[in-house]
Amino acid sequence: MAGLATAFGSGAMTNSIEEIEKANVILAVGTNTTEAHPVIATRVHKAKTRNGAKLIVIDPRKTEMAARADIWLRPYPGTNVAVFNGLLHVIIAEGLTDDEFIARRTENFAAVKEAVAPYTPEEVERISGVPAADLVAAARLYGQAERGSILYTMGVTQHTTGTEGVLAVANLALATGNLGKEGTGVNPLRGQNNVQGACDMGALPNFFTGYQKVTDSAVREKFARAWGVPELPGKEGLKIGEIIEGAGAGKVRALYIMGENPMLSDPDITHVEACLKNLDFLVVQDIFLTETAQLADVVLPAVSFAEKEGTFTNTERRISRVRRAVRPRGRAKPDWEIISALAARMGYEMNYEGPEDIMAEIAALTPSYAGITYPRLEKGGLQWPCPDKEHPGTKYLHKGKFARGLGLFNPVVYKPSAELPDEEYPFYLTTGRILYHYHTGTMSRRVEGLNAIAPCGLLEINPSDACQLDIKDGDVVRVVSRRGSIMPQVEITDRVAPGVVFLNFHYKEVAANTLTNAVYDPISGIPEYKVSAVRVERR
Amino acid sequence: MKTVNLTIDGRPVSVPQGTSILEAARQAGIAIPTLCHENDLSIAGACRMCIVEVEGNKKNLPAACAQPAMEGMVVHTNSPKVREARKVILELMVANHPLDCLTCEANGKCKLQQYCYEYGVKESSFTGEKRRFTVDDGNPFIERDLEKCILCGKCVRVCHEVQGVGAIDYTGRGFDTKVTTFMDKGLAESPCVSCGQCIYMCPVGALTAKPSKGKGRDYEVEKVVTTCGYCGVGCQLALNVKDDRIVGVTNLPDSHNQGYLCVKGRFGYDFVDSPDRLISPLIKENGEFREASWEEALDLVAQKLGEVKAQYGPDAIAGLSSARVTNEENYLFQKFFRAVVGTNNVDHCARL
Repeated sequence: MAGLATAFGSGAMTNSIEEIEKANVILAVGTNTTEAHPVIATRVHKAKTRNGAKLIVIDPRKTEMAARADIWLRPYPGTNVAVFNGLLHVIIAEGLTDDEFIARRTENFAAVKEAVAPYTPEEVERISGVPAADLVAAARLYGQAERGSILYTMGVTQHTTGTEGVLAVANLALATGNLGKEGTGVNPLRGQNNVQGACDMGALPNFFTGYQKVTDSAVREKFARAWGVPELPGKEGLKIGEIIEGAGAGKVRALYIMGENPMLSDPDITHVEACLKNLDFLVVQDIFLTETAQLADVVLPAVSFAEKEGTFTNTERRISRVRRAVRPRGRAKPDWEIISALAARMGYEMNYEGPEDIMAEIAALTPSYAGITYPRLEKGGLQWPCPDKEHPGTKYLHKGKFARGLGLFNPVVYKPSAELPDEEYPFYLTTGRILYHYHTGTMSRRVEGLNAIAPCGLLEINPSDACQLDIKDGDVVRVVSRRGSIMPQVEITDRVAPGVVFLNFHYKEVAANTLTNAVYDPISGIPEYKVSAVRVERR
Repeated sequence: MKTVNLTIDGRPVSVPQGTSILEAARQAGIAIPTLCHENDLSIAGACRMCIVEVEGNKKNLPAACAQPAMEGMVVHTNSPKVREARKVILELMVANHPLDCLTCEANGKCKLQQYCYEYGVKESSFTGEKRRFTVDDGNPFIERDLEKCILCGKCVRVCHEVQGVGAIDYTGRGFDTKVTTFMDKGLAESPCVSCGQCIYMCPVGALTAKPSKGKGRDYEVEKVVTTCGYCGVGCQLALNVKDDRIVGVTNLPDSHNQGYLCVKGRFGYDFVDSPDRLISPLIKENGEFREASWEEALDLVAQKLGEVKAQYGPDAIAGLSSARVTNEENYLFQKFFRAVVGTNNVDHCARL
């Protein structure tokens, strides 16, 4: 998000899901779309089979997307930036840039041209293992596309150099003019039902709603007036990793967690547990007694999506209604009621009749949501920016002009991941999702049929490595990193390359984040889930 | 694009060249019955229910889904000849179809049942051998009863053309034709990803959602339109509710996800009524949780946060909001931290 906001002025998916079918070339990077965003994968499939679109996939794993690709580049984990720079190097060298677009709509191209000069296909092959000829073929395909659409997810961002990765991807689209028109764009596919909305709503340490900065005194005054308080804090707050660290260091004394499970989702969870236990007070609000809630002093029971009214904002900036289908279970309450009740006890009245009332306040304070009302959402979702009550919503961003004015090229250099395999920990570990479960499994693992299909967390290992370690399919092995160890069953598969193992993070019994490295991208604060070093031991 | 003009049931219609009669009729507000047709799938022309009469065509009754509209055509979609032919087609289907509507999951939403009702087909005048198949129920979510299959092929097409999986296809010929998996091993041993797109497409009761079996007829459930709570695609769906329980999911074809869902969106709702649900506030005492009233729990939280704020300042308090809860709730959470606690220490797992 930070990367795209720098380059374009907005961190959201530039184009819409339906437009994927209109692309001639789809460049899918670090996205296991068929498993993590299955319904978007159907659009990619249709684009290919019905409209003859070409698919380029960049992924260290042979995902279904990779298997379907016209060109599949398989870099070593953590070498994305070199590959992206290499693609741009070839695009520039072969004269495939959109010079008119660069001249009219962008700035700072010269710096990027200079920065990618060293990334010859041969050099990129040396860094990433991607054959030079394949890199050239991919660059030509994307560079010549009339409408090229880039899709990416956490395979790009979950690195210490994630922001650089995003900037390098943005450079590709800027250089080829694949922005501000239908069927193109740079499209980060957001992973959770309302992660886009949570960001839009200012559940971030540096922004109020709609990315209005907390450091801007005029913005603070506006919110202070609307909220009826004398002043609001102007110092940026702590990011999630810093909050956990702060708890460990005694700087953060009390923590209120609503609907999150850092005890499975955060890196190095042995350390997370120690940090959370160091708090004076932990309150957790959730629908289940999660691993995190078990550490709480007070647990507040919330309701599921099916028991309340509200809205979610999806990956394509579409605000859609959530409607109450069944009554709240037991004495559980919707989160908004709980927060309001707590605020009242702390001397601040939040007098809302319901979520519709709250949305009216959001719309009044948030230019990109100004046109959103519940009656309008009855006819289907609306995509922000939606600046007034008549505005039909925005299908794709940056038409004619970027949110920041000119599109900004940002030179980036490849830097290796923080922890690389060595003699003691010879494997790359990379983590992600599977189709049948979701995030920390609190919901999906309580669905009988999903557990029947996917009952346990598996370690994917290449046949050659399995052979060398004398491991058979289904064996239980010990996987050890510098942070801890777990004992998963093994699945022998060529989805992973030799020297790479993969774990999903859905299963508490074999929690992948026991192993992962708690190092973060310094700008975005995203942990390096995609690369850490482990050893696999036969039992 | 060139336009063609034709007359359908006496109404003049103008459509772009290449438009099917079926589509042209729909644009004119005339509904033609179909079993194997679906807008987002290739044209099969398999069921013949959409046959129409075209003046001047003495040879046959063309299938409206496959026949392009032509200049000057005069089309009758509901003439006695057409109705009689459709009735025979239905009788032929029913001849090889169980008439167990009493217990069939599709009762009330089955298109074969609906058309038999409309065309007065009670039983078949064709008698003979009936197909015998065992039910494939190895998959936890999808049950296949091939004796009810009318071979429209929509499941095959959606699996290949939309989902890109191709777990099922036709085998055999003539009377022996059936839709099945590789080596006829059943869905559980196929590449099927349990998306259930095939159930969504099935016009009869051959494919059913196992978790919904026996829990409510289509016409008995309340359908609450909402947004899926799993990934960021935000698919629109309707939760089928009966007696305050979610008993299934209905697809919404006019949504941005075109009615398509994945295994979690279509089948992953059981957690709502999991026995593990938190149903009361809990307070930990001596390392053990005990149930508490809302009053007591909220008082304690307010008191503790107040104490920390008084002793260490607002920045000693932090909050993790959630990518799972609604916009309105995220908004209130950050408002609570900024306006009530007085800190910007609020984040959520966007980064994870």
